[in-house]
Amino acid sequence: MFTGIFKDTSVRILITFMVVLCVLSSLVLPDWMQNNFMYGLSRGLAILGLMLLWRTNLVSFGHALYYGFGAYAVALCQKYFGITDILLRFAIAVIAAGLLGFCLGFILRKYREIFFAMLSLAFSMVLYGLLAKAEFLGSTDGMSISPSTLLGMELTRQYLFYLITFFVICAAISIQAYLRSTLGHLTTAIQDNEIRVEYLGYSVQKAIHIKYVMSACLAGGAGGLMAASLGQVDPDSMVNWNVSGELVFITIMSGWGNILAPFIGAIIFEFIRTYAFEWAPQAWAAIVGGTLLAIIFFFPGGIWSVIEKVFNYGKKKNVK
Amino acid sequence: MEIKIFNKTTKIASASMLVASCLFAGAAMAKDTVKVGVVSFLTGPAAGVFGVPAKQGAQIVIDAINNGTMPAPYNTQGFAGAKMNPVFSDESGGGTKQVGLFRDFVEKQKVDAMIGYISSGNCMAIGPIADELKMLTVFSTCGTPRLYEEKLRSHVFRTQANAVGDSLAAARYIVDMYPNEKNYTGINQNYAWGQDSYKFFELGMKQMSPDSKGSDKPQFPKLFVGQYGTEISALSLDKAKVVHSSFWNGDIEAFTLQAMVRGFFQKKIFVSSVGGSAVDALGKKFPDGIVMGTRGNVGLLARDNKDPLNLWFIGEYKKRFNALPLGPSYQYARSILAYKFAMDKAMKKAGKFPTQDQVIAAMKNIKFKSFTETISMARGGGHQAVHSVGYGLTKYNKKGKTPGAEKVKMYGPECIYPPAGTKSEDWINAGMPGAKCK
Repeated sequence: MFTGIFKDTSVRILITFMVVLCVLSSLVLPDWMQNNFMYGLSRGLAILGLMLLWRTNLVSFGHALYYGFGAYAVALCQKYFGITDILLRFAIAVIAAGLLGFCLGFILRKYREIFFAMLSLAFSMVLYGLLAKAEFLGSTDGMSISPSTLLGMELTRQYLFYLITFFVICAAISIQAYLRSTLGHLTTAIQDNEIRVEYLGYSVQKAIHIKYVMSACLAGGAGGLMAASLGQVDPDSMVNWNVSGELVFITIMSGWGNILAPFIGAIIFEFIRTYAFEWAPQAWAAIVGGTLLAIIFFFPGGIWSVIEKVFNYGKKKNVK
Repeated sequence: MEIKIFNKTTKIASASMLVASCLFAGAAMAKDTVKVGVVSFLTGPAAGVFGVPAKQGAQIVIDAINNGTMPAPYNTQGFAGAKMNPVFSDESGGGTKQVGLFRDFVEKQKVDAMIGYISSGNCMAIGPIADELKMLTVFSTCGTPRLYEEKLRSHVFRTQANAVGDSLAAARYIVDMYPNEKNYTGINQNYAWGQDSYKFFELGMKQMSPDSKGSDKPQFPKLFVGQYGTEISALSLDKAKVVHSSFWNGDIEAFTLQAMVRGFFQKKIFVSSVGGSAVDALGKKFPDGIVMGTRGNVGLLARDNKDPLNLWFIGEYKKRFNALPLGPSYQYARSILAYKFAMDKAMKKAGKFPTQDQVIAAMKNIKFKSFTETISMARGGGHQAVHSVGYGLTKYNKKGKTPGAEKVKMYGPECIYPPAGTKSEDWINAGMPGAKCK
């Protein structure tokens, strides 16, 4: 599955982009920009997960379920077991969300289109309800998360940034490897014609289930990293339906052309929001929404389609 | 060749620096200004009656201090001589979003201090980050007692007393004014503030009136839900006559309007710990005889207070915004006063413009003059204010066409707050030892 992965153009571009980001951040970027990149990259993982589903025509309006689940897994492990190691945090978030995704996958893999979207939304709101009502989980106030450590050492934000980029590279390469595999190619085939795929001897439900778990893992990892880099979790900014909406928003904004697209989209979103908040504290939401409208009208293929046009890249790619 | 490249790079660098300096002119201001982030709800359901009046209250005091037109004892110009350049920002979107914005304020906008925050959730989220980033932060309105009871904070101050006093004063008022009412219930928003408020009201009632009994069906509707038909029916059927509520924002208005038409307030003694804003918003429609609190000697309950500072504030507010200041207006203005007080004090001690650490040292344990009383930062290691909290019965003033209150009782800090270093819940359960109530 991983053979020749480093010869893949998308992977090379991804690694170059991340390395450039790391160099920039260590040399010139001010702290606030570094923060925005960090949030963008973390959130980008969840967008990557949504993009995976989108390739099979599945849109989840409840991915904040895994995003929040990962974040709360990190918070609870700190509260009850004192775990602050970033490697453990990331692993816990990914595994916890993956397990949840595995269980719910048995139900969700049977549904498509609006039913899939609404059912996933319903599950995420169940978690929201639980978190908002349970006092020992911090209720709507949420919980704060102490700065991360690495193998017992304190971790500066600079190193946290490097680690997040590292996690992102690993995750994105795995996804690219998956997309290049038979299973990965199946996903677009499922989008085209499910019955035909079944006749070829593959189980559509199983393929979707695997994809769903991967997507849940990515969203969980995103939540975990977000919690670690922000230092706070609460149900309204991690699990509520508008968070799911925001994730879908960024996915549409990013476009689905490449594994790098989600990260670029998420980073741009962070910057739009930062400036919108600063320039128009009373109308920031209108600016953010207006941007999406503009993108849908003028670049229906998302930001990635613009990049493709500019660099004329990706036309010959077989991975769509 | 090398020199050429170097020249080109220098040119580009200097050009981009020029552009950057134009763009970020705001950030690189002269030393005679202090840049302060002022955060309150500017969008969403809490903007109208909380966030915006809060911002307006801050604006009035900031402008007056910048121009040196504030009455004594704040009649010197500026904050340690510097003018304040406030950056107003929106508080909505949840704690996690606010933490991100807070980082932006500190690292991008390079503020000198942060003031504000209404939601308890946001304060709990910002507290640890403020300490981590070493940014002087003065909370204005949020009420959760956990902020300092969980942990003492190095860089965080709060000029508003916590929710414990609001609930205990409510219980005191009921015990003092309606000694024969032994059954109580409540309707509170189902989140930290609502849960805490009712918990402390209940604990207080148990101590102050041992034979009283709480209903087994207190209502906890969701925050911002706006429809209370079922809850009102349930409360009406409950035999408990006293109904405690810590509703705020638009919820208290919605509840009042819906309960009023069902004759709810004729049957019940409704105690609202923070509904003062609704009284002004609804004007003469608001029913008389509601037990109303404003979380301190501010807003509705301070209308008749003749303190010159209070008269000035009300006058200025009316002149500029054609409205009366609400509780949050006072709370935000008060934080600005505390900041000025500490800045001036630190400057006097240091002999020059103070550093942040000097300001923090100066702010600890201060007693500063507020609009209606002198407030002392006597709890939470000198970081948490205590002040008196009052309740009164709403009474519309038909002559002046303004809402007002009668039978107002103020309870001093020694009556409703535990001594420094004691957790509120332990203190109440121990029978409130040392409480001094007039």
